[in-house]
Amino acid sequence: MHKILKTLFTLILFFFSPLVLAEMALNMPRGVTPISKDIYDLHMVIFWICVAIGVGVFSVMIYSLMYHRKSKGAVPAAFHEHMSLEILWAVIPFVILVVMAIPATKVLIDMHDTDDAAVTIKIVGHQWKWEYQYLDQGVQFYSNLSTPFDQIHNNVKKDPHYLLQVDNPVVVPVHKKVRFLVTSADVVHSWWVPELGIKRDAIPGFIHEAWARVQKPGTYRGQCAELCGVNHGFMPIVVQAVSDDEFNQWVAAQMKQAKQAAEASQKPLTREELMTMGKKVYENNCAACHKVDGQGMPPVFPPMRGSSVAVGHPVSRHISLVLHGVPNTAMQAFASQLSDLELAAVITYERNAWGNNTGELVQPKDVQDLRAVKKLTRKTNERRNSSNS
Amino acid sequence: MSDVIHQTADSEHHHGDHKKGILGWITRWLFTTNHKDIGTLYLILSLVMFFVAGAMALLIRAELFEPGLQFLKPNIFNQMTTLHGLIMVFGVVMPAFVGLANWQIPMMIGAPDMALPRLNNLSFWILPFAFTILSSTLFMDGGGPDFGWTFYAPLSTKYGPPSTDYMIFAIHLMGISSILGSINIIATILNLRAPGMKMMKMPIFVWSWLITAFLLLAIMPVLAGTVTMMLTDRNFGTSFFDAAGGGDPLLFQHVFWFFGHPEVYVLILPAFGVISEIIPTFSRKKLFGYDFMVYAIACIAILSFIVWAHHMFTTGIPLGAELFFMYTTMLIAVPTGVKVFNWVSTMFKGSLTFETPMLFAIAFVFLFTIGGFSGLMLAIVPADFQYQDTYFVVAHFHYVLVSGAIFSLMAAVYYWLPKWCGKMYNERLGKWHFWLTVISMNLTFFPMHFLGLAGMPRRIPDYALQFTDFNAIATVGAFIFGVSQLLFVYNIIHTIWKGKQTTAQVWEGAHGLEWTLSSPPPHHSFTTPPVIE
Repeated sequence: MHKILKTLFTLILFFFSPLVLAEMALNMPRGVTPISKDIYDLHMVIFWICVAIGVGVFSVMIYSLMYHRKSKGAVPAAFHEHMSLEILWAVIPFVILVVMAIPATKVLIDMHDTDDAAVTIKIVGHQWKWEYQYLDQGVQFYSNLSTPFDQIHNNVKKDPHYLLQVDNPVVVPVHKKVRFLVTSADVVHSWWVPELGIKRDAIPGFIHEAWARVQKPGTYRGQCAELCGVNHGFMPIVVQAVSDDEFNQWVAAQMKQAKQAAEASQKPLTREELMTMGKKVYENNCAACHKVDGQGMPPVFPPMRGSSVAVGHPVSRHISLVLHGVPNTAMQAFASQLSDLELAAVITYERNAWGNNTGELVQPKDVQDLRAVKKLTRKTNERRNSSNS
Repeated sequence: MSDVIHQTADSEHHHGDHKKGILGWITRWLFTTNHKDIGTLYLILSLVMFFVAGAMALLIRAELFEPGLQFLKPNIFNQMTTLHGLIMVFGVVMPAFVGLANWQIPMMIGAPDMALPRLNNLSFWILPFAFTILSSTLFMDGGGPDFGWTFYAPLSTKYGPPSTDYMIFAIHLMGISSILGSINIIATILNLRAPGMKMMKMPIFVWSWLITAFLLLAIMPVLAGTVTMMLTDRNFGTSFFDAAGGGDPLLFQHVFWFFGHPEVYVLILPAFGVISEIIPTFSRKKLFGYDFMVYAIACIAILSFIVWAHHMFTTGIPLGAELFFMYTTMLIAVPTGVKVFNWVSTMFKGSLTFETPMLFAIAFVFLFTIGGFSGLMLAIVPADFQYQDTYFVVAHFHYVLVSGAIFSLMAAVYYWLPKWCGKMYNERLGKWHFWLTVISMNLTFFPMHFLGLAGMPRRIPDYALQFTDFNAIATVGAFIFGVSQLLFVYNIIHTIWKGKQTTAQVWEGAHGLEWTLSSPPPHHSFTTPPVIE
């Protein structure tokens, strides 16, 4: 009720106060790249052209509505055709359109020019997260929504960047031409950051290009723009534009982190360590479908609680399933998305949370072994195939 | 043609054929071949589906009233957006216009009935089954279709719920119904016109439907092909749309929009026809530039086949294709502009009165034009990269479909209902309905322009905090809109039951053959053809 009153109040203000209008975001952002600024300018030009035509047409109409009323004694005129008028009002809009098409064409050609990029980032859309691969630097990571479930379910106060925050932002250097190669691993997604002036559909089987030269350091937020399933609204994008030095430091830090994670996989962990980490990994990667409480959303997303996989044996079946996914279902392969450590943690968590008290621990080593098995069989298969042909 | 006209079965005799009681009532409606009965059935179906799909819209708006998840889980939310779109397009606007065509075309061209009455019966009675199947998907294991009314592959193929196959079957049925209906309309218009009614003398509503019917004949098979490919991809191991099997997910979008873009003109061209009938009546002045109005409709229809990829500018189609589709799309503004200018010129120096149909027609011209402007903005490819898949697009197509198609339908019902039932609707209630509808419609959809420009994607069940205020306003508007439509239903029922008797002429300024018939018109509209000078 309070909320409805507040809305009505805003509504009244909406019509009377320019101050309120100033506070709300009403227009497209100008953005921070040359292209986004060009787009903004085109948008404003076409907007004002529409306003001008609208004012013209509507004022003639309003004039008629006011002065050519029967109640005012208006007598209908007899005219009902005029050849030159018809031609005139077909030709004038045509000319306006041609004038408009010229700058639009120029900007479009510019947008397609992805040559001579300093940094190339491959972006892969997954249900429902983004994967970033820095092709020259060798950095690779996944970027998940980091807004806690409690905020989404209205249990706690919402963060100012509610739904627009991620665990690993994509970092780009300023003043350099960054090329994005966009594709998808499953369904069609769309990588959209308004301030960069980029929206590119991520389509499985295609790699599409886009580019940006960010002119101002800062954090720029966007979202997936193409309906991609249940959690389409929950796969944001965060871009951090930093100076060249900071970028290089960040790349170095990423490499070091990857190395440490590989080392950590070598030694066994305690139950507490695995469960704490597992819970976090589960909520970021699994809970979207299998739900925080492990109930799932049957029949598409099966429950985890008491499931034959999560409490059944052998444990290796559970590990392989998470590693390689289930073909032709929504269950993805996590082998490339999560490290051995993370996989061990999350599988341990699944086998011990929500009353699945198997008491069994899965160590990074177990995952590593199974990874190797699959690789081996694939290689043998390939060899067999090639010898056949 | 003379054979048809000489069947002068009088209406009393015809009604006498039916049995009494419930069974008689059922068989009367189930087996009817009369254009008016079938028209009524179409309109009732459309009205019922309007409330079904409208209720889904209200659920969507309730969820979006404030940030966070409140009423709908995301998977239910997606089912609501999907079915809201599918039902509004295929179950509300299309059947309503076919209903109008059924009622009006024979009366406007001086024919006794539609050319193919049995086909007419079949094309209607397919629809209730189609929509029962479609709606039943909501109660199936795994839920209903949840990938948007555009059902893009592979979300709808590899990742779609089991009920998708039912949706495909329902779409096949709707397609058959549309094709049969179109054949009937074309056959009627080309063969049953009264002597002396040359093509360029036909009422503009009839012209708009003739062109629309040809559009439907051209595109419905394409849609059928698209969903059949989906069906085999889903069930028989083909990979038309699966890149992993050598197929192409973009192919889906191309064939879908090759159907889809002419489809949106199917939804609006008959509306142009309706508005072009109403404005002259209440301006007491002939339609300005009749010939150009006909040419403009034809032009729009032809152009509609070469603009489909403007729905796909962000999909990475080549530069040359983007330029081509940008230019053709901008070109559509020219004939559309001609139509708007002609409507305004019709009103200019007329003698205007503002009965409910005219109010809706005027609102149509204003608001459809605004929808046209946002359409022109969307045509500018670089700018489209920012607008695509945001609430700006949602605002755009609701301005052309709600204040366009739906307003024209309401205008048409108020305009022709007195003719259909011989009784006058309540004008005061009609005006209340109009003002509530037009204000709440703008309250709902105008803020969506801002939301889209500020960066809110469409089809999301939850949103970032900066979008809160405008979403709240839109939700309030939507509920006022929804409740206002009950006035419309009440007014229709009240008119049929207790309305005051009206004359054959009904409106002072109305011209056309339908107004020479009594109100309500005889069972077989024109048993002898009228003579046109």
